[in-house]
Amino acid sequence: MSEGFAKKVANTQVWKAIFRHGPPNNARNRAAVVAGNVFLHLHPIKLKKSGVQLGYTWCMGGLTFFVFLALTVTGVLLMFYYRPTAEYAFTDIIGLREHVPLGIMRELHRWGAHLMVITVWIHMFRVFMTGSYKPPREFNWGVGVILLVLTLLLSFTGYLLPWDQLAIWAITVGSNMAKATPFLGNGGPGAALAKIGDFVMVSDKNDVRFQLLGGRFVGEAALLRFYILHCVFIPLVVAILIAVHFWRVRKDGGISAPL
Amino acid sequence: MIKEAINFLSSPVYSFTGFLVLFWIALKRIDIVGTKKFGWALLIGTLLIFGWMVADPIFFSIISLPDNIPIIILNALVFWSTWFALYKGNQNDIRIAAGEPPIEGTPENREKVWAWPNLVYTELFCGILCTIFLVVWAIFFKAPLEEPANPTWAPNPAKAPWYFLGLQEMLVYFDPWMAGVVLPGLILVGLIALPFIDMNPKGNGYYTFKERKFAITAFLFGWLALWVFLIQVGTFLRGPNWTFYGPFEYWDAHKVVAENNINLSEIIWIKLFNVGLPKNILLREIFGLIATFAYMVGIVPLITKKWGHRYLKSLGAIRYYILIFLLLSMMSLPIKMYLRWFFNLKYILAMPEFELNL
Repeated sequence: MSEGFAKKVANTQVWKAIFRHGPPNNARNRAAVVAGNVFLHLHPIKLKKSGVQLGYTWCMGGLTFFVFLALTVTGVLLMFYYRPTAEYAFTDIIGLREHVPLGIMRELHRWGAHLMVITVWIHMFRVFMTGSYKPPREFNWGVGVILLVLTLLLSFTGYLLPWDQLAIWAITVGSNMAKATPFLGNGGPGAALAKIGDFVMVSDKNDVRFQLLGGRFVGEAALLRFYILHCVFIPLVVAILIAVHFWRVRKDGGISAPL
Repeated sequence: MIKEAINFLSSPVYSFTGFLVLFWIALKRIDIVGTKKFGWALLIGTLLIFGWMVADPIFFSIISLPDNIPIIILNALVFWSTWFALYKGNQNDIRIAAGEPPIEGTPENREKVWAWPNLVYTELFCGILCTIFLVVWAIFFKAPLEEPANPTWAPNPAKAPWYFLGLQEMLVYFDPWMAGVVLPGLILVGLIALPFIDMNPKGNGYYTFKERKFAITAFLFGWLALWVFLIQVGTFLRGPNWTFYGPFEYWDAHKVVAENNINLSEIIWIKLFNVGLPKNILLREIFGLIATFAYMVGIVPLITKKWGHRYLKSLGAIRYYILIFLLLSMMSLPIKMYLRWFFNLKYILAMPEFELNL
């Protein structure tokens, strides 16, 4: 009976309008379901059996992307309730905690961010241990390394936004490193050499740390910068690089397997 | 009594050394490590020890901080993934030695299957499991929120986010320009350059250890000993003033640690020659300059003669010297750590006039 019902549904005009083919229970439709769907067509239509085994891939790359999507959704929801100013940032977070019954959006976002860092590391480890960075996948490995750095930067910029003690001092510790950049940071080696007479070229008012924070300490300007980097700029770059990464996985011959 | 011993042995000089010894033994005896029996023994042993440690109130109060939970998850995944990759590698090595293809290359596994449902359903299943895991985690652990930001009062210790604590721990041994900028930069450059340096055609697309011994050993050393291990030290063993505290030790902010680190120039000019430090910077730091130069350049021909000549041949000069440079840069960290522990050495090269300290 249920099979008859499924067949009837698959024959309706609505089903056909959306999916353009019958249920994927034969070879033709299984090819069509992947090729004819903008999201599923990231996959090849057929792939080697070794490449679909969890024991080989650990699904860590897929999970990283999945968590990235979850972070996008929860992040957009959080943006409705959060204002990136020194006056409101902390109280908005308090509001999220106090006024939303059973709210776990901030938790999902924070733990998801930690989880993405972990899955991306383990994904890289798997790719290394299977030698999948070897030709023809050298370029895609490099894209992956940059995505890993951007994941860390996403997490790092988001760390400041609650505007509590944990946030500003963690970012202070982290951004103090920028001060030590050779030649470009006020406290770094070589910066003292960049002097014309009494005029100091690399000072704490124009070095890389100042550019990062928009000031000499982690203040309101840094909060706005980190907010925009976190919510707009880095996610855009990550989304583009993810597209490149997935595209190249397919162009380089799919998930790696013995030659 | 046992806890005091563990507190004592957790000190980086002992725990890091112990870790290196275990690392070396594990890679030597991959035929034992890469078996299911060993995997189970490792799992049960780790759980027992961890369970016993969690029963301690001080240890529990540190690891149950909400922001430290991810590190527990990381540790579990690192333990599992390292063992599992070595296990699969060992299985394949046995197959290859017997003249069979690796398990990923059997005719059965080379067969092509439909992405729908084989791949799509696996992804769906993993996504659902991940969602459940994340929701449960979010329900049981509230996201931390401390006092409102106060730029005039710094907490002690002030720690970076956990994934950067390995770098913050490096600050003990190197100045920020090395620990925060140069070494992380070299990690990135080295990782991106990796496929262009590693010319070994074997081990592409399957787990193995024997066919890629050198590459895997070097990578695992950097990943486990210099990245993951230092994160543990930075998170669990560093308290107020970045002082070392054992896992069962109360973080007493008044713990006094004798800090009498001295520079190489002071050791040689003052302690050895019994004269004062020369006024001229270059003369003062001449030994540091020689040591640095000898390590980064002078030692290279010796390495090449003893171990490197066959790599020099197979990789070509450019690849080979980049590889040596990256390896020496990586090894500078553990070398500096041991120099600190054994000789209280602060800087090999100390030129505070230019903020150039090594």
